[in-house]
Amino acid sequence: MKSLGTQGLILNEKLLFEHSDAGRKGYSLPRLDVPPARLPAALVREEVSGFPELSEVDVVRHFTRLSTWNYGVDSGFYPLGSCTMKYNPKVNEVAARTPGMAAAHPSTPDHLSQGALALMHDLQEALAEISGFPAVTLQPAAGAHGELAGMLMIRAWHEAQGNSRKKVLIPDTAHGTNPATAALCGYEVVPIASDGVLSAAAVAAAMGGEVAALMITNPNTLGLFEAQIREICQIIHDGGGLVYCDGANLNALMGIARPGDMGIDVMHFNLHKTFSTPHGGGGPGSGPVGVTAVLAPFLPVPVVVEEQGTYRLEVDRPLSIGRMKAFGGHFGIMVRAWAYIRSMGGEGLKRASEMAVLNANYIRARLEGTYHLPYTARSLHEVVFSDRDLGGNCHTLDLAKRLIDYGYHPPTIYFPLVVKGAIMIEPTETESKEVIDEFCDAMLSIAAEAGENPDLLHQAPKKTRVGRMDETGAARKPRLKWEK
Amino acid sequence: MRYIPHTAEDVRQMLETVGVTSVDDLFAEIPSSLRLRRSLALGEPLAESELLKKIRRLAAQNATADTHASFLGGGAYNHFIPAVIDQLISRSEFYTAYTPYQPEISQGTLQAIYEYQTLICQLTGMDAANASMYDGASGCAEAVLMAVRATGRRRILLSSALHPEYLATVRTYCRYLDLDLIEVPCDAGGGTDGAALLRLLDDRTAALVSGYPNFFGVIEDLSAQAAAVHAVGGRLVTVVQEPIALGLLKSPGELGADIVVGEGQSFGIPLSYGGPYLGFFAVRQGDIRSMPGRLVGQTCDREGRRGFVLTLATREQHIRREKATSNICSNQGLCALMATIYLALLGKAGIREVAGHNLAKAEYAKGKIAALPGFSLPLSGTTFNEFVVEADEGAAVVLERLEKEGILGGIPLQRYFAGMDKRFLVCVTEQNSREEIDALVSALAGGKQ
Repeated sequence: MKSLGTQGLILNEKLLFEHSDAGRKGYSLPRLDVPPARLPAALVREEVSGFPELSEVDVVRHFTRLSTWNYGVDSGFYPLGSCTMKYNPKVNEVAARTPGMAAAHPSTPDHLSQGALALMHDLQEALAEISGFPAVTLQPAAGAHGELAGMLMIRAWHEAQGNSRKKVLIPDTAHGTNPATAALCGYEVVPIASDGVLSAAAVAAAMGGEVAALMITNPNTLGLFEAQIREICQIIHDGGGLVYCDGANLNALMGIARPGDMGIDVMHFNLHKTFSTPHGGGGPGSGPVGVTAVLAPFLPVPVVVEEQGTYRLEVDRPLSIGRMKAFGGHFGIMVRAWAYIRSMGGEGLKRASEMAVLNANYIRARLEGTYHLPYTARSLHEVVFSDRDLGGNCHTLDLAKRLIDYGYHPPTIYFPLVVKGAIMIEPTETESKEVIDEFCDAMLSIAAEAGENPDLLHQAPKKTRVGRMDETGAARKPRLKWEK
Repeated sequence: MRYIPHTAEDVRQMLETVGVTSVDDLFAEIPSSLRLRRSLALGEPLAESELLKKIRRLAAQNATADTHASFLGGGAYNHFIPAVIDQLISRSEFYTAYTPYQPEISQGTLQAIYEYQTLICQLTGMDAANASMYDGASGCAEAVLMAVRATGRRRILLSSALHPEYLATVRTYCRYLDLDLIEVPCDAGGGTDGAALLRLLDDRTAALVSGYPNFFGVIEDLSAQAAAVHAVGGRLVTVVQEPIALGLLKSPGELGADIVVGEGQSFGIPLSYGGPYLGFFAVRQGDIRSMPGRLVGQTCDREGRRGFVLTLATREQHIRREKATSNICSNQGLCALMATIYLALLGKAGIREVAGHNLAKAEYAKGKIAALPGFSLPLSGTTFNEFVVEADEGAAVVLERLEKEGILGGIPLQRYFAGMDKRFLVCVTEQNSREEIDALVSALAGGKQ
């Protein structure tokens, strides 16, 4: 077996609490240069019971060892569909750590924060140019948070017109967060069936006077372009509704086409997907939102505005939906995204989308015929297969675990929900032909193994520090914290 | 295009395999009327050196604790960040990983989150914690939604001594959910008014939400609040915006809180002009299944080796869709890792010592400022590391004068409260030396002479 993964020195490591030894600490304070003070005794706790006691080297070694049990984009190929795990440029990390950026307090007066505000304003304008939306807010803290901001704006717009529609249309290819977001805005969700791509006729049949909005993802979670998007937007608008677009898949469209030009009214960006900011083991992300001029008055506060070369945070906006969080947003992530956009320029971003789409189609061409392709329409930046043709009673989960033995992070599995046994692969543009060829070889080799020696798949992974976990047991008797 | 590896020859071969003649053909499904017929107006790509020069120039236009003596707090705190933290989180196996969906190759993230959950439980005195909240304010809003789910009631009492931006965030989240949000006024000490609270509490009340310490730095009487709200069958939601205080203060769990949320930025996370920060969220055993966010649980593999997985996913958006407990789909992994490393370094003794320094420095500053003519401390409540100052000549004038001396003296409360034009919020941490505090006091006095 040709394999990137191998076995080597895998160190064991206890929990922090199991290392602890009374009297150690890994922190130093300057001598207290003022008199000590006391709180009233009734307010004071004895100690933080259970807290560890460790030296600096204990802590460093602990987390260094833990890091070696993780797989990141820098370790290798991470084709997690719909998550856009592209390479995270190192200079972006340096930019975000520049002391004048990293140490700026959010309550500093505007006139002493001109650098931060200028960068935010510049990022807003760049996102507007990329998406075709005239107004952008940077405040939301993640994609799902941006979705919530966007849907709240849609509802606020309807309410401002004295219109209290209660339904939101959501196609079956939508992201999992979309229905939950609509529910948080007090909406009732009406699902629409699609045949891979949403048809204008299906939208027309579902549209009515009670419908406030349609939530769509374009390209959708099958990696397909919603080709009738303009007609769909027209139908919703004619019926008095608005269109929300989940921007999770914007990486396919930069410099190619702009959601704002398609008739969409609101869209969130995922800075941690499209704009190369690292995902940190699940966060932090950042979810700016772009809107049409009609919706601009409803943006959450604060909004960064520029007047004659001076920037300020505007909070007094009577139609605003309010605040989504404290302070202005995930500024550290904004710095990274800004650095990426400026490093790439307009042509670079277009090239990124082109190569992301080329990579996905190349994988599709190499695996089609061996793996079942449930939807055959042309793919953009990601491609969805299924486990239908895998032999040996092997399923998507077995394939995913076997890929780990080959040294790859598995693709997204069992998503989108419309495909039984889905395997969703998104290579992004930062992977070379060489990497993709090796990955495809592994996928083909695993398909052969499934027929010949399916136990290799059922028992996988074999080379990791731990094997398949008892997840049922974990949920049945939850152990969510360490206890002596 | 230093991040894109494709050579012209790679592209040619790949197009051939795909069976198209040009890259443009790959986009044939996009109607031509929707295609952008021009280049994006984003300028030329910058070389790495040009980019760094530009970012440094921008950074130089921002005031920080390096350029000024800073007494800014109000929900974001200037605490010392040990070098270990940035070194460890810069290991790219941590920061370039995604949500740990594949436990066999994500044990590093999963174990760190499990340790984080444990540390937060120990600090707050609660049974379970998640690492999913974006910040203290959105965590506070999620706590309100959870109290509504858990009690089936729709009336929420919010202390008006909560951080005003947290209050605003709660209002945004609840805009269209048909809830009754009622503010409880403050008393002369700067805490939530106990008598007003008793008048407003009734059997429709889902929760009381109050700070600990609150926005004015005042330590609330949580025991009394817990007794009052429990008497009507509601929940006490405690919001900790400065969790260093928990190194000294009795834990909210011990005092009767049912849900504890707060801002974890104080635990080794850079100020970064407001984010990313870390909302913490902790509950009691009985509420685990109605709490939002991702949870990590301990389990074992087929060989019996200990390991960790994301668990209790039946509450989540990708399974229950419109019935999910919230729409959150991330965890705040890297920020939770920073907090875990910070708390591990401090440990049992360090957290208490840092809290003690904060208290001592703030008390020293309070004493000096209270003695100045023209200045007073208008609130009588016990405080931790921040407090309200009143200036006869007006806060704006005073703060402007301090700024000229290179001091960021505090947050003017007029920004949030009409009529508080004489008051400002001063925060003193372990980072402020006696010399700096003396300079603040002398600059305050300067205008009088």
